[in-house]
Amino acid sequence: MLTESEPHYRQPLRKTPFHERARALSQLDSFIPWSGYTTVDVFTSVEQEYFAIRNAASLYDLTPMVKYRVAGPDALRFLNRLMTRDMRKLTPGKVAYTVWCNDEGHLIDDGTVFCLAPHEYRVCTAEWQLDWFRASAIGFDVELREITEEVAALAVQGPTSCRLLRLAGVAGIERLKPFEHGGFELAADPAAARAAVPIMVSRTGFTGDLGYELWMQPQDAEAVWDALMEVGRTRAVRPIGSRALNIARIEAGFILPKADFVSAEHTLYLGTERSPLELGLAWLVDFHKGHFTGRRALLEEQRRGPRRLLVGLDVEGTKPAHNALLYTERSGRREAGSVTSATWSPTCKRNLALALVDASCSATGSEVWADIYLNRELVWERRMVRARVVERPFFAPTRRRATPPADY
Amino acid sequence: MGSKQHDAIVVGAGHNGLVAACYLARAGLKVLVLERNAYVGGAAVSRSLYEGFTYSNCSYVCSLLRTEIIRGLELPRHGLQIIPYEGGCTMMRTGEHLAIYDNHDAMRRELARHSRHDAEAYDRYVRDMLRHCRFIKPLLLREPPDPTSFKPRDIRELLFLGRHFGKLGEARMYDTLRFFTMSCADMLDEYFESEIVKAHLAGSSIIGTALGPRSPGSAYVLLHHYMGSIDGAVGAWGFARGGMGAVTQALAASLTASGGTIRASAPVAQILVRHGRATGVVLDSGEEISAPVVVSNLDVRRTFLETVAPEHLPGEFLEQVRRFKIRGSSGKLNIALDGLPQFPAIPQGSPSTRGDMHITDTLEMVERAYDDWKEGRWSRAPYVDMLIPTQIDPTMTPDGKHYMSVFVQYCPYQLAEGEWTPARRQAFGDTVIDAIARHSPNFKDLILHAEIRTPRDIENEVGLTEGNIFQGELTFDQLLFNRPIPGYAQYRAPLKGMYMCGSSTHPGGGVMGAPGANAANAILRDLGRLQ
Repeated sequence: MLTESEPHYRQPLRKTPFHERARALSQLDSFIPWSGYTTVDVFTSVEQEYFAIRNAASLYDLTPMVKYRVAGPDALRFLNRLMTRDMRKLTPGKVAYTVWCNDEGHLIDDGTVFCLAPHEYRVCTAEWQLDWFRASAIGFDVELREITEEVAALAVQGPTSCRLLRLAGVAGIERLKPFEHGGFELAADPAAARAAVPIMVSRTGFTGDLGYELWMQPQDAEAVWDALMEVGRTRAVRPIGSRALNIARIEAGFILPKADFVSAEHTLYLGTERSPLELGLAWLVDFHKGHFTGRRALLEEQRRGPRRLLVGLDVEGTKPAHNALLYTERSGRREAGSVTSATWSPTCKRNLALALVDASCSATGSEVWADIYLNRELVWERRMVRARVVERPFFAPTRRRATPPADY
Repeated sequence: MGSKQHDAIVVGAGHNGLVAACYLARAGLKVLVLERNAYVGGAAVSRSLYEGFTYSNCSYVCSLLRTEIIRGLELPRHGLQIIPYEGGCTMMRTGEHLAIYDNHDAMRRELARHSRHDAEAYDRYVRDMLRHCRFIKPLLLREPPDPTSFKPRDIRELLFLGRHFGKLGEARMYDTLRFFTMSCADMLDEYFESEIVKAHLAGSSIIGTALGPRSPGSAYVLLHHYMGSIDGAVGAWGFARGGMGAVTQALAASLTASGGTIRASAPVAQILVRHGRATGVVLDSGEEISAPVVVSNLDVRRTFLETVAPEHLPGEFLEQVRRFKIRGSSGKLNIALDGLPQFPAIPQGSPSTRGDMHITDTLEMVERAYDDWKEGRWSRAPYVDMLIPTQIDPTMTPDGKHYMSVFVQYCPYQLAEGEWTPARRQAFGDTVIDAIARHSPNFKDLILHAEIRTPRDIENEVGLTEGNIFQGELTFDQLLFNRPIPGYAQYRAPLKGMYMCGSSTHPGGGVMGAPGANAANAILRDLGRLQ
């Protein structure tokens, strides 16, 4: 029962299998906690790391993403009742992005489900879910196990990511389509005295760009990192931290728990829960597949129409509208909502934000006013800045879907 | 001392008596506090019973004392400092342990060591406790409404309560209602699978309470210990620098600064009543002191059964007072140590010893400890809440020496085998010391002095009936508008000019100060000094 003997009061945060490599390359010593691990916030420069994602290829350690193995004769029935999407459409080799809710139709979390084989799935989540999954598994013959530490994960994202993997000897990777996964091999490298390394690769990611996620055994993590850094040495490949990734994910219009919504499992105040319909994820909710947790409440909400909606904003000026309150008019008399995530987009050259607004201001083209505070050498100024509701994603290059991807 | 000088007399200088006195003095009343003992503080005292050592003789940690009171009465200016402690632990009979850390990631890993599921369930548990606290907190510094009254104020307060309850949302309303009546064990079973996790958390459900973890109502007692906070951290507990007497010393200083007077060694024999009105008190010495307002900080039993002549009180009221549940179930050891005891179960350097340490590792063990109490003997394997504040507080002992506070549950007020005697008290103390020594090989050798207190001693020295630390059980039948007596929950006695301000009144025990503050409010309203 009691396996861990290290004194975690001295080191509360774990190290991922990539940690030693990351630490060696971290120039700023800028680490942040993520799901019980210490991970890199910035290696050298947020801007340079960001452009690795949009210009070349980036390596991002996503080992802390929480992973569960879901297996057994009732695995599909269990998942289909739990998730809002139709899991019956998920066949071996496929990945689905989905959300799950409580009985009130409030969002618990979002994540990806990998179908590994009939009756065998992997669920990757932003936050820990064993407690929720276990309660949801009553009556199903299903095995639930957290495998976060057993699987190292590395995101390889950017327009040259396919080329990079091919150069590292991952044969056939160019045929992998979006939301597919498969077993591959990092070819042996006699020069580096390295045997072939088995890896699972999925064409998934959090950047909205061409990209892959590599899943491997922890003991192979450093070999995979070294191989990719070596072949990428002359091709502008960089390891990136969470700050750079956050810019890319806002451009891609992806939501983040604790930033754009709080899981209904964690809310203390009533009314701070969010439904998938409010978050613009209605496309993930399949009312025709039969019963699932939260269906009745979501049907009712759909009939009534959500009271507020998460939208994309194009904000005038260049100052990101972090945490800004939004108003319907410049006078600031009536509140329209608030910004949940904001960034200047170096690729779009636009000032972007995700915001939760009243349904009445949510139509594309609607105008709201953002209350932005400017710090001019410690002199604070308040600006009402015009913002327009625009389509999400803000940035969606066709290369993200191209199969085979461009070979550079 | 002349007789017409005082606007109000407070009987008993416990923390609630002093809080009430402070607010009355600040409102401009001439207040006199009368204390039976030679020192103030009631059950929040720091005394030196062994050369160079200061003990927190009764209450020993602080969390519930309302921030509004600390600020409002300027207690920090009068010397009060509360320092949160770092962790805690339960040492197991197997030599293993469960540590409690304030760092969330370390805590998670520690819980996952015992059960990965429980590590996650703990977050849900904390969330639900915080949700319940959010419901209860606004009710603490309010006079509970009388649901049978049609006075505008009662109706207004009932509406507040109803609206407040309604704001919880349907699902949480059900949860809150269930919570008030559940047993702690049933409640913890809904979250956790690991025995050790449940055993550690259950401690707060039985402290000061003549209930076991499987008794209905014990879940609320746990919450009662969760609703305090330190600097915004809800549920956090800490040490008062200099021991718990620092709380009442600061209150006494605040009172004096506001013009109030305290007389120690002035035991009150009777509250004087003339024409259905309290008119003052008479001391044991025979001295009479009059005042138009008399406030009793004594528990409701002692107040009405021993301090007011029965002919002045309604018969049924007295009968209800007699039935008020105020059972003694706790003992206390205060130990002077020649050095820091070793606890082999705890890794070197762990902050776990700088918080509350327990040695009951299953719910079953705690329940068995309660069984002993029911049979009229002290627990053979007791629950102890053991702290060594001198690891943090440098003011209580000489350098290198330590003070250990050991709260013991359960210890009966009345032994089945006969009256408490010095020999039986010593045997009780030995049982506790032996239980601790099983987890600390050098503990016994370090003991320089031990103060052993049975419920009988607590009653004799502090004045709490049966030695009940809460001035009455914190069960749902004795909470809110039923505390202490239905119809008399608004701090007013059935006599004009007489009030209650002790922990027998809403919202109950713990060094919270809320009963004292609410009582002062009621008095000032009656005097027309509040709108």
